[in-house]
Amino acid sequence: MNQVKARDSLATQRHILSRLSFGVTSSVLEQVNQTGIEAYIQSQLKPQSMQESPVLKNYLAKLGSINREPIELHAHAVALQEKLRNSKLSSKQQEAIQQDVRKIGVRTINEAADARLAGGIYANRQLQEVMVDFWMNHFNVYVQKSAVKFWLHDYENQIRKHSLGNFDDLLMATAKHPAMLMYLDNKNNTAPESPWGKKSNQGLNENYARELMELHTLGVDGGYSQDDVIALARIFTGWSIDRRGKKGDKTGFCFYNNRHDQQEKIFLGHKIPGKGMEEGEQALKILAHHPATAHHISYQLGQYFVADQPPESLVNQLTKAFLESRGNIQLVMDTLIHSQEFNDPQYYGQKFKTPYQYLISLVRLGEIQEPSFKRIRGMLFQLSMPLYRCVTPDGYGNTQATWLNPQAMLQRTSLATAIANGTLNKNSPVDTEKLKQNLGKISPLTKQVIDETKLKLKTALMMGSPEAMYR
Amino acid sequence: MKRRNFLTAAGLATGGMLLPIGCNSWVAQTNTNPSNPKRLVVIFLRGAVDGLNIVIPHQAEEYYEARPTIAVPYPQQPDGTLDLDGFFGLHPQLQELMPFWNRQQLAFVHASGSPVVERSHFQAQDYLETGTPGIKNTSDGWMNRLLAQLPQDKPTQALNVGVTTPRILQGKMAIASLKPGINSTAPMPTDNQAVGRAFSKLYSGTDPLSQAYQTGAKARDIVLSELSQEMKRASRGAKQVAAFVDDAGEVAKLMVGNAKTQLAFMEIGGWDSHVNQNSLFERSLPSLGEGLGTLVQGLEPIFADTVIVVMSEFGRTVRENGNKGTDHGYGNAMWLLGGAVRGRKVYGEWRGLDQAALYESRDLPVTTDFREIFSVILEQHLAVPSDRLKLIFPNYQRANNIDFLL
Repeated sequence: MNQVKARDSLATQRHILSRLSFGVTSSVLEQVNQTGIEAYIQSQLKPQSMQESPVLKNYLAKLGSINREPIELHAHAVALQEKLRNSKLSSKQQEAIQQDVRKIGVRTINEAADARLAGGIYANRQLQEVMVDFWMNHFNVYVQKSAVKFWLHDYENQIRKHSLGNFDDLLMATAKHPAMLMYLDNKNNTAPESPWGKKSNQGLNENYARELMELHTLGVDGGYSQDDVIALARIFTGWSIDRRGKKGDKTGFCFYNNRHDQQEKIFLGHKIPGKGMEEGEQALKILAHHPATAHHISYQLGQYFVADQPPESLVNQLTKAFLESRGNIQLVMDTLIHSQEFNDPQYYGQKFKTPYQYLISLVRLGEIQEPSFKRIRGMLFQLSMPLYRCVTPDGYGNTQATWLNPQAMLQRTSLATAIANGTLNKNSPVDTEKLKQNLGKISPLTKQVIDETKLKLKTALMMGSPEAMYR
Repeated sequence: MKRRNFLTAAGLATGGMLLPIGCNSWVAQTNTNPSNPKRLVVIFLRGAVDGLNIVIPHQAEEYYEARPTIAVPYPQQPDGTLDLDGFFGLHPQLQELMPFWNRQQLAFVHASGSPVVERSHFQAQDYLETGTPGIKNTSDGWMNRLLAQLPQDKPTQALNVGVTTPRILQGKMAIASLKPGINSTAPMPTDNQAVGRAFSKLYSGTDPLSQAYQTGAKARDIVLSELSQEMKRASRGAKQVAAFVDDAGEVAKLMVGNAKTQLAFMEIGGWDSHVNQNSLFERSLPSLGEGLGTLVQGLEPIFADTVIVVMSEFGRTVRENGNKGTDHGYGNAMWLLGGAVRGRKVYGEWRGLDQAALYESRDLPVTTDFREIFSVILEQHLAVPSDRLKLIFPNYQRANNIDFLL
């Protein structure tokens, strides 16, 4: 009897670790053995209570662009571009400058991606990094639009900061962030009758207002109308950017009262008197605490953490927790992790990893110490999930239907073989024993095939096994 | 679960396939030469292209009033509209299409689209792809269901390029997929016999992963043997529309070279023109026109038996927005191109741009259901029996209000 219980709890531990982190490592197993799984959960829910990994800190400190202010990065690129206006430059000099501009852009994007990968691989605060993956897709931005790239890492850090905090703070941070204002065009959203509107011939832009309700908060069936889209777009007139940080607080966000629609608006049945920037803040609060938002976010969390079709009972329980806690994400996640549904063995090992989750987990499971981030970035491209390059505002999906298909299987097994042979690791093969231990229990078929195969291929088969592809 | 597995397995055992070209294109093949050599190519412009600046009502005063900065100028003016029929004209960057218009191979259906108003890109695309507007839980796409009906006595199987499958092709007909683009025949570790054999053993079951792996391995064999010449190509442009020109050539090559290839689907993203629409069109339309030109040129031997449809999830606001762009609207224009099309005509009921004629006073209404347009093609062109149409577009009652085929 006790044996059964012990085995069950081991399976439960594995399940929890595979959903709250990007993959089991021997040090995490050791930690859980010492403190128990509940202490692990509680520390993950409060990332600030935990020391962050020195390896991660040291790695991030070495990335030049992420340690500079976005405004500064942007100004540097702009200054170079302005040099080009000098008509006395030879074409060779011009080309050299243009190449520098391109290099700065590429480096900024790559370092942001490397910082993200390093977090996923090295962080002790694994759940926080998992939440970053979840929210970065929920509040997707596309790196190639406008000057998003210079604000990308800052945007991700804002999301990281609020990832287990209050939803309304998180929503506000994205709404005021230059990356989002650029990506969904709100930087141009101007009241046509405003002084600036008349002068510049600019006007209303509905893009952000619509996606804010459809994707970020209420959900497509959240009960808003086209009139609400227009009212919300009017409310957000003047929420724009100040790329050079001259007018405001140096974050790049700026509210321009002379672009704002000063009239009263009716939004979702609320009368919103003309009050400048406060209107937008009020609208964000209404949206953040709306029952439809609670349901939408709960469904998405259920889908990410429990099952592609999350059980309704779970979604309802999370919705309740969301509303009662005024959108406290930590509390909602606590409820989720301790729910009957999350702990139901029928859902263990049933979430098909996204390419991002898969690659990060292979590095962790194989305990590859200094993986080539450049190669991981390339592999994400091959698997159609390059970081920050989802063009559409719905972000990358995380269901099996999105990612499982024949080409994906060929590529995953091929990449698994290459990684097992050391392609991320200066060609030194991955440690089979550690991998085996971290992977945990495998099916009889997997075991049989591995047993029958020659030594050289065993690691490849483990990395390309169903057990490694599901979490 | 069991039933689904059975259907997929059955599809695999008996099938032909959907064959992929390039990163955003798919074509369907049957196993044997069908008796019916008709072809259909569907091209999806994702992001909602502004149909009013493609097929321009240049005689409607309201058009210029609603679009002070982005209206395409009158015909004959610099950068002016290319007149089609005295009332409508074509965007000047689509010059490449004018010869087809003049040869009566190009037509449009204006004010067409989904009967259910939906201004969300994702929901609206789903409706066009599932073929069941208003029903959100349809899991398969109508082109996949069509595949099951083509030809009646010779079941088909499917294959696509890339590691995601578009909704329109999802469904019980097996979809295999291939590595996109130039590297499709480059060696992969699983090509190694020992590696391939080991993974084949690991994925020898009937679970979804095993099925996907097996279909992938089969598709890989086809690429390495039959298609290696076809798929070898010069380096691709990074931009999506430029890649389209490339893909179009490949699609044409496969459709002409192989009579089993009856269906193709291609997609081009990036049409969501909320800001500075004119510069977006100037960048993107020439490649779209060039791609369509390449496709037609390549399909020349079978062009008489071909219909190409270009569609987009919804149209955009009649009135331009405040940033020289347009926001999400409703009705759009669908394009019909091919030797089988009775061209040189703009079809569809046009109610004008008077505010009272617009949907919610802001958008072009939908006067022709996209399912009507495809039903005409399916029934008259691909010879799908009329009682089978309801398997492809369930619950659709034919309006029989349009006839655009020869």
